[in-house]
Amino acid sequence: MNDKKVIWKRKPLIKNRLLRIGLILLISTYLLSVFLTTEIDWQRILEGIPRGKNFIFAFFPPDFITRSDEILAGIFESLWMTIVATIVGILISIPVSLGAAKNIAPKFVYFLSRGVITLSRSFQEVILAIFFVKLMGFGPFAGMVTLSLSTIGFFAKLLSEDIEDINKSQAEAIKSTGSSWFQWVNYGVQPQVMPRFIGLSLYRLDINFRESAVIGIVGGGGIGSTLNTAFDRYEFETAAAVLIVIISIVMIVEYTSSHLRKLIK
Amino acid sequence: MPIIKQKDYKTWKKFDRKRDLQNWLCWFLGTLIFSFCFGLISSKTIWFYVFDSHNEALDLLGRMFPPETNYFLTLIKPIWDTLNIATIGTTIGTLIAIPLAFLSANNTTPSKKFLRPLALFCIVSSRSINSVIWALLLVAVVGPGVLAGIIAIGLRSIGFCGKLLYEAIEEIDENQIEAIEATGANKAQIMTFGIVPQILPVFTSISIYRWDINIREATVVGLVGAGGIGIELDAQIGDLAWAKVSVILLAIVVAVVFSEWITAKIRRFIL
Repeated sequence: MNDKKVIWKRKPLIKNRLLRIGLILLISTYLLSVFLTTEIDWQRILEGIPRGKNFIFAFFPPDFITRSDEILAGIFESLWMTIVATIVGILISIPVSLGAAKNIAPKFVYFLSRGVITLSRSFQEVILAIFFVKLMGFGPFAGMVTLSLSTIGFFAKLLSEDIEDINKSQAEAIKSTGSSWFQWVNYGVQPQVMPRFIGLSLYRLDINFRESAVIGIVGGGGIGSTLNTAFDRYEFETAAAVLIVIISIVMIVEYTSSHLRKLIK
Repeated sequence: MPIIKQKDYKTWKKFDRKRDLQNWLCWFLGTLIFSFCFGLISSKTIWFYVFDSHNEALDLLGRMFPPETNYFLTLIKPIWDTLNIATIGTTIGTLIAIPLAFLSANNTTPSKKFLRPLALFCIVSSRSINSVIWALLLVAVVGPGVLAGIIAIGLRSIGFCGKLLYEAIEEIDENQIEAIEATGANKAQIMTFGIVPQILPVFTSISIYRWDINIREATVVGLVGAGGIGIELDAQIGDLAWAKVSVILLAIVVAVVFSEWITAKIRRFIL
């Protein structure tokens, strides 16, 4: 009678047994339907394997030399694009983020600015880039416009959230001295959001550089164009070199910007 | 914040003279860098096209405007593919991210000298290459199609999820692990009963967040041939069928809003 052992078992993640089984069934039907509806061309994959091998071997050693002019030109173009786009984007974002802060803007301006932010956030940079390249012609200018516009959605959204969180009494103190609206924003609001502002700018600089590598693929200039050309020519050695350059620059930018952000805090 | 005496009255300024000069110098340098960069960009721009762009834009809008609504029916399959790319890609990405995160977290890594830097390198390189570039690579290897998109999204997600996850692992409560250890648990048991329950909520929210991002990314991997709605977009832009393009754009907006809504729902349900 006493040989019954007491065993402890971990509680299941979802308590309701029906829900648990239902979820498992749901997930497996989904996976099955995905498997049935996606065509995978195994023949093509088999053909691609040697090409994949070539590509991986192209990293040892990558070819920085043959197209070094193009790589350098592409990187510098990306850098200029990133810097200009970040500055322009931030300059546009400042009024938008003031408009999108509930505690500052009247209702009408608030909804207008929120609309601008949502619109800028819902399209990927690449899709925007396609249209701007179409409108303004190939080259870094279209890329710059794209990056500036997508900066707005990111920057204005986060900055306006910070503006909404400011300490009201400080702002009120400035207002009670009889300041004008601009003085009020300049002395009452701006000093409070400045640390966040600088942090966000550095973060966005980092993001914009990464994105600049992509919009080049659709004609927006920068290192992406170099990469795309290398792929089109099947010059995997050069493509590998470009990728290595992108990775290392992103690492440097990320490291310095996180270091700078720590310094500012 | 000095008070400056002028001839017969006092006035307040925000900064003293030295700080003022520093600020002006910074602004000056900033403007200099900006104009230098802009000059370089401008030298590569054909300004005629830029100044003409508003006409072009109006023209384009006019061509897009009555959207070809019945085209939507042919879009259902690409939208389904896009959702699959995002979902399966996120699943693969998070599954690979878990061991990488454990290898790169300071407190769980088996070898600090060798495996941790290696895992960190994988995470960083996956993060710094955009999913479109991954897709470009994979289309060359496995051929155009949904599979390339899934792998591209998966590879890109590894870095994102891995980074957030290993930061979460480094911040766990050590006391709970010590309590498990005190019962005589082995390494695997410490993992499953001490660490996993602590990071499970973070893990869920990271995966949901990444899924939301991946829906957006999955709409564009098709532009380089990796399946989903992007392929249609590329084809219709190539055909200059702008009335169809506007339908696709609308579908993308709807998909993005839908994914945002559903992630908000799940988040509220789980957390």
